[in-house]
Amino acid sequence: MFDSLRKPGGPLKLAVPRGALLDETLDLLDRIGVETAEVRGDSRSLVFDGGELTLVTMRPYDVPTYVEAGAADVGITGKDVLIEQGDRPVYELVDLGIGRCRMVLATQKGDAAPSEHQRRLGMMRIATKYPRIAEQHFEKRGRQVEVVEVKGSIELAPLVGLADGIVDLVATGRTLAENNLEIREEIVTCTARLVANRVSYKIRSAEVDDLARRLREAAAEVESPEPGS
Amino acid sequence: MLPDEMLELRRIQSALLDVFGEYSYREVRTPTLEYADSLELGDRRSADAAYRFFDDRGELLALRTDMTIPIARLVAARLGEVEPPHRLSYLANAYRAVTPQRGELREFGQAGIELIGGAGPYATAEVIEVLSRALDAVGLKDAVIGLGNASLWPGLLADCGASAATAERSSDLLVGHDLVGVEAVLREAEELEDAHVDTLLEVIGMRGGEETIERAATFGGDRFGAALGRLGSMSSALGGRSIGHEVQLDLGMLRDIGYYSGTTIEVYDPSVGEIIGGGGRYDDLMGKFGVTLPAAGFTLYIERIHKAQIQQGVSGV
Repeated sequence: MFDSLRKPGGPLKLAVPRGALLDETLDLLDRIGVETAEVRGDSRSLVFDGGELTLVTMRPYDVPTYVEAGAADVGITGKDVLIEQGDRPVYELVDLGIGRCRMVLATQKGDAAPSEHQRRLGMMRIATKYPRIAEQHFEKRGRQVEVVEVKGSIELAPLVGLADGIVDLVATGRTLAENNLEIREEIVTCTARLVANRVSYKIRSAEVDDLARRLREAAAEVESPEPGS
Repeated sequence: MLPDEMLELRRIQSALLDVFGEYSYREVRTPTLEYADSLELGDRRSADAAYRFFDDRGELLALRTDMTIPIARLVAARLGEVEPPHRLSYLANAYRAVTPQRGELREFGQAGIELIGGAGPYATAEVIEVLSRALDAVGLKDAVIGLGNASLWPGLLADCGASAATAERSSDLLVGHDLVGVEAVLREAEELEDAHVDTLLEVIGMRGGEETIERAATFGGDRFGAALGRLGSMSSALGGRSIGHEVQLDLGMLRDIGYYSGTTIEVYDPSVGEIIGGGGRYDDLMGKFGVTLPAAGFTLYIERIHKAQIQQGVSGV
């Protein structure tokens, strides 16, 4: 298996995101008949034989990197990652509807609204893991901000005065609430997408199209399950 | 660049020039520096050349982004009185913006041909035959030649009654490969009927052999039909040629270069994750430089061909 992984041909290589998206992704793959039991196990392997597909597991943020280079033919990752990695050209084929969450601007409860803050001080400091999304959001509106990139526990930044607010993904909003933060502005809603390498999309069109079609159908079933199922 | 790499690149270059020569394409050269105005005249997007500067008299100069526009300018200025067609080839560096730390090259090598003064599918078929032979000469036997037509997508949008705003937004997203975004824009567009949106989305994904033309024959109206007919004639014209590579007709191909007017070409190789060459027909470009002539050509990216050879263990070509 390791020998053939670097060569073109063989089963399509699908980049599968580990982390929060993993379970929903594997459920979708189950629905289209891909073998996922091994991935669900506690193996330390990164590459799995899924039958018609080779499953390559990685962090969601790395998926565009692998797919752009053609090291994976197709991949699944969040729209947030695709916007953030917008300079990595890949085909964005299907909105899979899973992993739905919102990118928001949040500040501490009781603080003045961000616009009021900016009116008086001119500038805000924003902590985020998504510097490009944050910059685009404020730039489009002509608002001056200093974006501070942090790698984790974004909620900490406003608590201790590193930043006036944060731009981050929220699913339920619980973490924000527990850290005395509240949503002030919604920036974009993100769901997971099926992406494809630019060359694989052309050269292996039949296989890529077939996978896209089946995943689209499976995603639609998940969103509106048939009565009785 | 060290001697080993230089040697291998030279082999690629000379193999390509040999093929071009066999088909009577003769090598030309143009300056690396162009007036920014003349690049802009050729294609508005080339005006965004990454490297621009002033000369001592305040003229705005730019490093060329490709060879097609400089050759068009050269032919208009120097060969205007000579009976066409002109069969010209080149080996040259071009310059584009890069994302830092990505191994992208600011300066990269191109080898290609331009057939200026040859019209219609027969002339384009000659260009594609030379391309196929060139790919053979550098040992890329699995390379695939993708063919589209620049009028297909705009024609279909117009036939379906899309507004100018919808056309522009969806085309930008299609050039950026964001098919989810294209679908969202089309579904939101109030002027488009659902059936038309379904057709537009289906056509984007249509790529394959000659049966693709038949499958799309019932779609759209006159404008799409005409463009589809031209792609069909193009494909038929290849029948009499020796094309040793798989040809993929691609109805959703939309290139990010503005001067293409008819057939568009992309070249793929399974061992490289990005296109290794491209080209097409540009019947309106020469006119901008004052000599109205139909034309077509292609270019191959030397460094990417080299990468493909190394991936596939091709050597001593």
